[in-house]
Amino acid sequence: MSVKPRLTYLNGRGRMESIRWLLAAAGVEFDEVYLETKEQYDKLIKDGFLLFQQVPLVEIDGMKMVQTRAIMSYIAGKYNLHGKDLKERALIDMYVEGISDLMQMILMFPFSPPDAKEKNLESIKERATNRYFPVFEKILKQHGQDFLVGNKFSWADVQLMEAILAVEEKLPTVLSGFPQLQVFKTKMSNVPTIKKFLQPGSPRKPPPDAHYVETVLKVFKK
Amino acid sequence: MSGKPKLYYFDGRGKMESIRWLLAAAGVEFEEEFLETRDQYEKLLQGGSLMFQQVPMVEIDGMRMVQTRAILSYIAAKYDLYGKDLKERALIDMYIGGTDDLMGFIMIFPFLSAEDKEKQLAVIVQKATSRYFPVYEKVLKDHGQDFLVGNNFSWADVHLLEAILMVEEKKSDVLSGFPQLQAFKARISSIPTIKKFLEPGSQRKPVPDDKYVETVRRVLCMYYDVKAN
Repeated sequence: MSVKPRLTYLNGRGRMESIRWLLAAAGVEFDEVYLETKEQYDKLIKDGFLLFQQVPLVEIDGMKMVQTRAIMSYIAGKYNLHGKDLKERALIDMYVEGISDLMQMILMFPFSPPDAKEKNLESIKERATNRYFPVFEKILKQHGQDFLVGNKFSWADVQLMEAILAVEEKLPTVLSGFPQLQVFKTKMSNVPTIKKFLQPGSPRKPPPDAHYVETVLKVFKK
Repeated sequence: MSGKPKLYYFDGRGKMESIRWLLAAAGVEFEEEFLETRDQYEKLLQGGSLMFQQVPMVEIDGMRMVQTRAILSYIAAKYDLYGKDLKERALIDMYIGGTDDLMGFIMIFPFLSAEDKEKQLAVIVQKATSRYFPVYEKVLKDHGQDFLVGNNFSWADVHLLEAILMVEEKKSDVLSGFPQLQAFKARISSIPTIKKFLEPGSQRKPVPDDKYVETVRRVLCMYYDVKAN
């Protein structure tokens, strides 16, 4: 097995994108296998690669890891992005879990029926601007530091950056009421590993389109 | 604030139950404040104790923790139920992910319409017996040890026992094809802290009923139809 982690997923964001962000932020190169057909997926299951018959799958350090959270916790722990002690870890976990609830809404959005899309977009806007962004705006304002936790770059910063950009893609002016987050976004964009990930040609995937949705439905068809 | 953790939630299982299980398994006494009215909830919101405006919330070690997973991870690590190193933690996290997904199907059950309940029951049993239980059955068979990870009692064992009991409440013979899980259930149930939690009078909550559903809907103003995913 090569030293690089190997990611198996569709050729698109979905649940794997946060993992790509975190590995990239940690400066870790990785390989990717893209699921394009149901047959490929069925074979993975038949060969016993997928513990709960699901992707994401990340082969890393001799393990076939599944379950997005488990994978990210492992990467964060391994690359020192999970705080210096239990209490910092608790803060990072709280922030990441909150952001991930927001990301879940964005994840499901392309799969909502056409007549529900406008309502769902409104929900994303409402949650981002009333529930999630204000929390992180306040945290950054209160401690005045560059990073969310412990004055040090962590998984929480990566996850928040990903979320900000994902929401902005749908709602370009969403940060207008959040000056701290605007500054945060600029600072994160300049972290060298993140800067590299944001450049064309990186493993970052584009926003999901109709082709992606079609592929998901095809590969996971029962 | 007293030394004991304090749990803020409805008087029922929901997302807090796994936290009760884990604290109990670790032998940690805790207090509870039950949300019964909308007013109570709004007071918590206005007081700024709910980071993302949601419960569960647990006051522990000077923190007001929210987000179930974050709370559980903190408790597991604090009480040495999270493996001895990063790799054991990874295994535990993976196993928890599975049992969590399975319990997710059960958690929405009380909120479904009668017709959807019937369908969901079939889904729960199908997922338990073809996706989740076989995994843990195999893990236990392959290493032949008493516990899921590292030959040591961990969060993963507590969570799996909770999941098994929840599914059994829906279908009492669901473990019939799983001899390892039957033995596991008996073993873990007899661990003193767990045994105590399983006795009447403990803080374990009963199967959710209509009163529980009504309370949740009232406190959260959640009157829309819940659909199974």
